Amino acid sequence: MESFLAALLNGLEIGLLLFVIAVGLNIIFGVLGVINFAHGGLYMLGAYLTYTLVSRGGLPFWPALLLAPLAVAILAIVLERLVLRHVYGRHVTDSLLLTFALLLIIDDAVRMIWGSGIQVVTPPPGLRGATSALGFSYPVYSFFVMGVAIAVMAALWLFFTRTRAGRVIRAAAIDRDMAQTIGINVPLVITGVFALGAWMAALAGVVAAPMRAINPGMGDRIIIDSFIVVVIGGLGSFPGTLAGALVLGMIYAFGGRFLPELNLVLPYIGMALVLLLRPQGLMGRRTG
Amino acid sequence: MRNAIIALILLALFAALFWLPSYAPYFYIFVATEILLMGLFAASFNLIFGYTGMLSFGHAAFFGIGGYTAALLLLHFQLPLFWVLLLSMLAGMLLAAVIGFFCVRLDEVYFAMLTLAFGMMTYAVVHQWRSLTNGSDGVAGFALREFGLGLDLQLADPAVYYQMVLVIVVLASLALYLITRSPFGLLLRAISENAERVAFCGINVRRYRLLSFIIAGTFAGLAGGLFAPFNRVANPDMVHWTESAQPVLMTILGGAGYFLGPYFGAAVFVLLETWITTYTEQWMLFLGVILAIMVIFFRRGILGTILDWLLRRQ
Repeated sequence: MESFLAALLNGLEIGLLLFVIAVGLNIIFGVLGVINFAHGGLYMLGAYLTYTLVSRGGLPFWPALLLAPLAVAILAIVLERLVLRHVYGRHVTDSLLLTFALLLIIDDAVRMIWGSGIQVVTPPPGLRGATSALGFSYPVYSFFVMGVAIAVMAALWLFFTRTRAGRVIRAAAIDRDMAQTIGINVPLVITGVFALGAWMAALAGVVAAPMRAINPGMGDRIIIDSFIVVVIGGLGSFPGTLAGALVLGMIYAFGGRFLPELNLVLPYIGMALVLLLRPQGLMGRRTG
Repeated sequence: MRNAIIALILLALFAALFWLPSYAPYFYIFVATEILLMGLFAASFNLIFGYTGMLSFGHAAFFGIGGYTAALLLLHFQLPLFWVLLLSMLAGMLLAAVIGFFCVRLDEVYFAMLTLAFGMMTYAVVHQWRSLTNGSDGVAGFALREFGLGLDLQLADPAVYYQMVLVIVVLASLALYLITRSPFGLLLRAISENAERVAFCGINVRRYRLLSFIIAGTFAGLAGGLFAPFNRVANPDMVHWTESAQPVLMTILGGAGYFLGPYFGAAVFVLLETWITTYTEQWMLFLGVILAIMVIFFRRGILGTILDWLLRRQ
């Protein structure tokens, strides 16, 4: 029972963190029509910047939680304005190729700046160690991760349903030309959305830094996980992304505990099943 | 007339390449072998990308499984190379059939994501299945014996191996070329231009995409099967996503709109790689920058841009 509960919590933690990353990917796709292959790289940059600020710079964890995602968001604005902007209106393969090029660049730049080894960040004081509040021992930091993810989820929901900026973004996602016609500055919306997605990926990277080994391969793994999430949940659907992220989190948590030899291929089996039975994803709309 | 000139040029090129070992230093024989194999790999990729209009980021899976099939068969069964290569193609074909079955079900965006994901899955399996694949060290220590079919070739000699690769790559490329010129190939091109319209004509688009994917996987398997004996090892690098990036880049470099584009791109790529890696280890960084520049400004590739320029001058 305890091991079941621990796996459940673990799956929730992995799933919620994945949601924060995959939902950024999904929002960018919704407005720009671009799948950002470099999204995992932005997550990785968040983690590495935390390492530099905290483990190298001696800064406390909390300012890093603000600074690192901000820096990555600024980088995203530059990338969108200087690079991505060129291929809007072209065939979708061009934007895929371009973000794939960004993936290659970010991956190797990280290797060049921080090396190929594994880096470590320690959790901030107060969030170290384990708690037995639920009757068994579980890391305090994991609860913090879940809290951050839930806060992001709630903030996003409020932003998209209750604020003017959120509604403008949704309008631009539904019909870009019409939004332009009624006076919405669509290029600005596009830049803002790309920065928002990058900010969320980097925030997830900062939060993940103290509990995951920071290495140059972490971006690749997270982008594949995010793809599996959007395939399971369906592109263009927030509830779908949450469902996909939680399903994948549970697959990792329970698979790792009860079927360790299959853990590697279980996510793909899950994805293949969804593709066979419900190709548009659990909650996605049909795209053609 | 024009076709005759092109045929003559290609024939002269073939002759010059075939007797390369008699006038070029040893080093260039290795470079030329690599260019040929990468060219075939990239051309097989371009059947999906340039001709069918689907961007695959997981093509190394088939190259890799071809390489591992060859290495394992040579190591454990000492089969003649001819049969090894046939089985490498079969391995590439089967894996492409399985992966393709899932990847062609949705549109291009999903296709790109799914091919990358399944490619990474193949890498993870190859990397973890130590009892079969020897993990990150890869499969090495196999010997090349005979080619089979009664041919007496000294395959251990790099010059002979190069000439054999040249002949096989030319034959395989001819087969690929005929496929692209056949009614089947024309249909693929129609799908890449407007899949919806083709579907309205009563064509099962998904099936044609899958067939194109399987054929591409088969030829990538052949390229991998030839690459592992050349490289003396089949290791997980052959299956990694950065390996999948190579045919993408070669095709974009050369030009996806021309049959010979990927071969030309492979030549530029391998020569650039040989040159840049003597200065820096950050080769992928250069690749990314070059890819971005090509996509933004020279979408038709080097060959395409040159040909466009020449044709406009005429």
